[in-house]
Parts: sequence; structure tokens; C-alpha cells
Amino acid sequence: MSFRARSKTTIVLAGLVLTVSGCVAEAEPAGVSETEPEVSAESEDIAVVAGSDDYVILYSGRAESLVQPIIDVFTEQTGIEVDIRYAGTSELAAQVLEEGEQSPAAVFLSQDAGALGALSDAGLLAELPESITSRVDPEYSSRDNSWVGVTGRARVIAYDSETVALEDLPTDVDDIVSPKWSGKIGVAPANASFQSFVTAYRVIRGESAADQWVSGLVMSDPQKYDKNSAILEAVDAGEVSLGLINHYYWYRMASERGGDQMRAQLYFLPAGDPAAIVNVTGAAILQAQSSDLDASSLVEFLVSDQAQEYFVTTTFEYPLVPGIGAPEGLPELAELAVGDFDLSDLRSIATTQELLRTYGLIF
Amino acid sequence: MTITRAARAAPRWLVGLSLLSVSLVSIPLVYVVWRAVDVPLSQFTTVLMRPRVQELTVNTLGLSLAVALSALVLGVVIAALLSRVRFRAAASLLLISALPLAVPSYLASYGWLVAIPGLNGFVPSWLLLTAVTVPYVTLPVAAALRGTSAEGEAVARTLGLGPLRAFVDVTWPQVRPAAVAGALLVFLYTLSDFGLVAMLRFETLTWGIQQSFAASFDRSQAAILALLLVVIALVVVAAERSARGQVVTSRAKLATREPVGVVTRTLALLIVLAPPLVGVVAPLAGLGARLLEAQTLREIDFSRLGLATGATIAVSALAALVALVIALPLAALAARYSGRGVGSLETLGYLPHALPGIVVGLSLVFFSLAVLPPLYQTTAVLVFAYAVLFMPKALGTARSSIEGVSPDLVNVARTLGARPFSAWARVTLPLALPGLGIGALLVAIATMKELPATLLLRPTGVNTLATELWSRTSAGEFAGAAPYAAILVLVAAIPAMILSGVRRTAKEEL
Repeated sequence: MSFRARSKTTIVLAGLVLTVSGCVAEAEPAGVSETEPEVSAESEDIAVVAGSDDYVILYSGRAESLVQPIIDVFTEQTGIEVDIRYAGTSELAAQVLEEGEQSPAAVFLSQDAGALGALSDAGLLAELPESITSRVDPEYSSRDNSWVGVTGRARVIAYDSETVALEDLPTDVDDIVSPKWSGKIGVAPANASFQSFVTAYRVIRGESAADQWVSGLVMSDPQKYDKNSAILEAVDAGEVSLGLINHYYWYRMASERGGDQMRAQLYFLPAGDPAAIVNVTGAAILQAQSSDLDASSLVEFLVSDQAQEYFVTTTFEYPLVPGIGAPEGLPELAELAVGDFDLSDLRSIATTQELLRTYGLIF
Repeated sequence: MTITRAARAAPRWLVGLSLLSVSLVSIPLVYVVWRAVDVPLSQFTTVLMRPRVQELTVNTLGLSLAVALSALVLGVVIAALLSRVRFRAAASLLLISALPLAVPSYLASYGWLVAIPGLNGFVPSWLLLTAVTVPYVTLPVAAALRGTSAEGEAVARTLGLGPLRAFVDVTWPQVRPAAVAGALLVFLYTLSDFGLVAMLRFETLTWGIQQSFAASFDRSQAAILALLLVVIALVVVAAERSARGQVVTSRAKLATREPVGVVTRTLALLIVLAPPLVGVVAPLAGLGARLLEAQTLREIDFSRLGLATGATIAVSALAALVALVIALPLAALAARYSGRGVGSLETLGYLPHALPGIVVGLSLVFFSLAVLPPLYQTTAVLVFAYAVLFMPKALGTARSSIEGVSPDLVNVARTLGARPFSAWARVTLPLALPGLGIGALLVAIATMKELPATLLLRPTGVNTLATELWSRTSAGEFAGAAPYAAILVLVAAIPAMILSGVRRTAKEEL
């Protein structure tokens, strides 16, 4: 074959490959789910109702290994196919903000309330029906019905059991910034849950006390990390003595390494302490898809008893629906401090961030 | 020896094609400017004046310069050792020296954190980044050395110069373009890296950009920081052009290898093996240690592993092809013609490489929804994103390999009656093909490791090895992550190994 013919063939083949792969990708069925949805009598009933096509796209800031199994159950029960896009919550939020009205997603499952607040402020979230919002205690959901809390995570202290005795542990949040812990505390100041805790401190104990606490923290030379999991690893390696994290990280690590084997152990501050507040994960429906009944079915399922129990047993997070028991060994949700503040109030979070920025804890 | 760059005006069709290439890869730049312009000027200056921003800028600059310099020196030294010292397993050594390319930077840092949990700050970031990027210098320089004549060096030796001096005076000018081009890639890579510096808690501008998205959901602030990155890149890319020098072609002859004493050879071996040990062996050992620690060894889902591997290979092959096609006009232009216009076009082609993956990803979300909504979240846009992200990796080697083909050969073809494009396609292109292949392979490897843009743009439900790895590590399942990490490094090692065997240009027998 002459050079000219060879190059022509190559170009044509390359073009074909590009087109074919593009078509194949578009025709991809629901992600990794292997269960074939059965067209049962139930799903036929749903199909008759207007605004339902048995298909919904979910953007999940929560990990696939956690979310996929329970969504598979949902698909099995309702026949609604769910295509799930997994990524970090803040990246997904940035993506949805960028997509705007053109977002293909119908439901957004978020790791924290801040992201939901950002989407709500941009006017991208639909008002949730009462059948959904009534299931969860209003303290754990948005004030304007734009999102609903799904699970709760308590702020705790992970401590190095080899070098710290139980008696020495702080009994109050202010003890954390005392000189004896200087250089030995691990925090993730950029993390949403840490910022929620500081916001709670501001609300519960006042702005000047909060200012004092943050400056005290900076003076004790804390070790800064990007993620809670990194803090826990550091505590487990003896790098720091105390780490401010969310409770379930410890349980997750314990399931991989064995709780008794671990150097890091958990400690809950007494109820009423700002450092013991509960953050939430949440779900919302995007405004552009507000008429899609499949979307509301999905969110309703996430706050159903079945899904709540799943979260309790799989991630050791707190259920937010009354009547479901807290994970074993953990204090009851009602016992933990709940500040009277909106978890997704970005203006308040922005003030917290300014405070942290002043003291150089975040950028 | 012929100087190959001409002062005459470039043909219009070539300039037109190059303009097209540059405008395609400038999409992220347009997006960054678009978002940054959203911000009122007062807020703009407030952000820039913040002491933390200045700290981040200094960190970024310092780290990138340090890594580029150390990679340059180490890369040239290793390439020189590999080509001039008589090793017993020379070919395998070259292969091994290419392996750090296959390890994603976030994997390298994770593995080291397992071994030394408190590891953080400038020095570990600098050393680790050097280890994983030094092949960007080693491979092109080694290829250049293969293509250069050792006669000049031999003559210098007979005139009384020591081996080192002979190398510096005679051979270095011949490999300088390749070395400096490689160092530029290292600089841009370090500018845009996020995974490694985040894990080692060294705060740079990319970290600041991530914080802008994650903490304040402020895309405009992120854009301002991204603009800073672009400005830094602009200065350095312009500097590289002046430092590059001109490629000189010569008849290639095999260089003689020096016999050396055992001590010197052992020392040389240690230097050559240092980056693979630091950048490949140690991280994989760390991951392996985590794997052994795990109490729940989950079963490997081979079908998922297979799907992810297939997807990874497919998109990286496509991305390499598209990147090469986009790079070609620009490379051809910059190789043969000089002038300010050509210079600016080439510079623009490099700039987007300084942007972190999340910015490029978001820019293409914005762009594809604005221009071609049906293509959003399809493989086509994903491949295009990779091409935009990594085209500069192909640009440098494409340019220098085209430069390395003597225009005399094309002129001969013209005198025999071939038309300009035909002569170019039938003479220059096949001879430059090995070098173009290097560029394509570099793009393929980079695509396999890419994460943030992939997470944003992949078709829902499609996974690459990198996204599967991320999915498991972010859920804390290190046991489940290990097989994906291993396969990722294995798959990326294949093009890396091919790379080590490719010559810069085909030998000319004239």
C-alpha cells in the first residue's frame, strides 16, 4: 500500500474508532449495577403516574461502595434505574454550579450540608415535598425545605491510647487548647465538619469566646491535615496525641484493621459541648428535574426506615429518622449537642472561614 | 552540521492549522479569564494581596523551580551515565529508569506516607516529585545522545580534555534542547500537581484552588489563583525558548562506552537506580504493607477490573492520537520557522499545561454545555479534555524530532518533483515518527494516571483504573484499592518501557 493510501486508511479508521467509542459510551446502561430491574406490577403503577420514566441520574459525593448497594435495593423494589456519578462532594457541587440548569442530574447526595447550601443559594434546588421533609427532625434539615438530612456524624476526639491516659483527656472543648497539648493536636481546618464545629462554638458560646479559642488553637501549634482520615492515620501512628474527627472514620478503619489492634481510640465529649456536635449528610432534588417523580421516590427512599438501618449497620452513622436505633456502642443522638443554627447557612460558614483565615488556619 | 530553523515566512495553511490547534487547547485559559473577570477589581486585588496567597505563590514557584532544576541535573547525569558507562544490563537499566513515569504522584506520596507517617513539607515534596518526573528529562536526553555523534567528544579527549569537560563542551550543546524541553515539562507538571503536595501537606496554589472550590464554593476565587499559575507558566515558557538553543543534526554514530572501575560503576548504578527506587519500589512496598495489614481482604471483582483496564487503555490510546494530531501543526511550525508570531503560538500551546486537572475539567463542562450539549459527559469530550491537558507533552518532542530531520532531505525530494506537503509527509514525517511516538506515549501515560478531570467528564458509569483507585481509597478500603493500584502501574509501565527503547529519529543513511 502506498504511503498516501496508508495514511488515508489510518485517518478513516481513527475516525471510526472515535465515533464508535462515543456512541458506545452514550449507550452505557446504568453503571455497575448487575441487577436487572424487573417490571413488576408496582413499577407499572408508578409508570402510569405523570412525570416518571423509571430513570434518574444521581450525583453522589458519597463513596460507591457505600451507596451502590442501597441504590440497587431501590432499583429492585421500584424498577427505577439509577445512573450514579461518583466524585468528591465539593467537586460535584462545583460541577453542578457550572452545569446550572443544564445539569443532567436529578438528585444530589452530599457528604456535608455546606455543598447543599451552596446549590440552594444558587437557586438550583427544588422544594422538597412534605412526605420527605416530615420524616426527619427539622433540626437536621434545611430551613427552607431545599434539602433533607440523611445521616448524622458526631464530632469526636481520637486519641493515642499508648501515650494518653483516659483521665487526661479534655472534658471540655476549651481544654483542647491548653498548653499541655501543644504541638500534639491534629485538625483539618479546611474540612466542612471542622468549620461546622467552629460555627457551633460561635453560636453556643459567643463570638469573642470563639475568637479566643481559635487563637488559642493556633498558639498550640496544631498539625494541619486535609482530611479526617489523614488525622486518624496520624493518631494511629502516634504522630499526634489528639485528633478532631468525625466518629465513623474510626469505625471504618476498625473494620479494616480491628478496633482492639488500633492505637487510636475514640472519646466523646460530654453532651452539650460544641466539640460534640452532629453534622449531617443530605440529599436534594435539582430544580430542573423537580417534576421528575423518580427523583422524589429516590430521596424518599433514602429517608425510609430500610435505608436508614442500612446506613447504621454499614457506616455506623447516626440515622436521622426517629425510631431507628443508634449504632451500637455510640451515645444516642438526642444526647449530643445540637446548636440552634442552620447547618447549611453559608453566610455563617463564611464568617467562620474569615475567623479561621485571620488566624492563618485556612487560606 | 546544519542549522535547521529558517527565517522565511511560514506558509499560511500551516499557520492557520496551528492557530486552530492553539485555540482548541486554550479553552481552559478562556474559561479561567471568563470566571476571573466576574470578580470586581477591588476583590481581585484583595485576594492577590492576601499574605496567604503570596505564601502559596512563593511555595509554588520555589517547589517548581527546585524540582525542574534537580530533574534537569539528575536526568542529564543519568542519561549520560547510561550511554557512556559500560553497564552489564544497559538496556534493562534504561527501561527501569523510565518506570517512575508509570506511578501517579498521589500514589507515590501515599506509599511513602505509609513508611514515614509524619512525612510532610517542602523537602519530601521536592525529592519525591523529582523522582517521579526525572524520566521526562532522562528519556529525551538518552534518545538525543543515541542520535549524536561521539566523534566530537573523542576528538576533544585527544586534545587533552577530561571526560567530563569533553561532555560539557561538546555533547551538552547537542542535547541541550531535549534536556531543557524535558525540564520545562517537569516545571509545568509540578505547577499543576495537586495530589502529591496535598498529601504531603505542602500548600501551593493548586491547593489554594482546591480550597476555593471545597471550602467556599467560590469558582471566581479559584480562577484568580489559576490565573496566577498561568502567569508563572508564561514567564517560564518564554524563558525556556531562549534557553533552548538550536537542534544540530549530525550523522549518528554509536558512542563508545567507557570502561570504569568497580567503585565508579557501583556509584553510577546507584544514581541511575535512585529514582525508580524512590518513585516506584518504595510506594508499591508501602501499598503492599497496607494490603497485608488489612483484615478484610475483599474478593477482586475481575470483570470490573477488566472493564476499568479496557476503558483506561482505550481512552489513553485515543487521547494520544488526538493530542498528537493537535500538536503536529504547531510542532512543524515551531521546528522550521522562527519569529515572534511563531514564538507566541508555541507559548500559548504550553500554557494550559500549568492548570490543575479540576480547572481544565470544569472549563470543558462549561465549554461543552455551551457549544455541544449532546456531547457532554461522553467519551469524545473526555478524550478531548485529555488531549488539551497533555498536548504540551507531545509538543516538545514532536518539535525537536521534526527539527532533527535535515531539511536537505526535503529539498532533495522537492528537486525530484514532489509538492511541498507531499515531500514533507513522505520524508520528514516517517523520519520524525519515532520522536512523535515518544510524545504520543507520554500523553498516553499521563492520561492513564489522570484523575480530577476524569471524575468530572467521564460518561456516568464508566470508570478508569484511576477513578476506581480513588473510589476505594476515599472510602478507606486500601485492601480493595491495592489491585487497582498495581494494575495501573503495570499498564502505565508498558508505554514507559516502550518509550525507553524509542530513538529520537530514525537513523539516516546518507
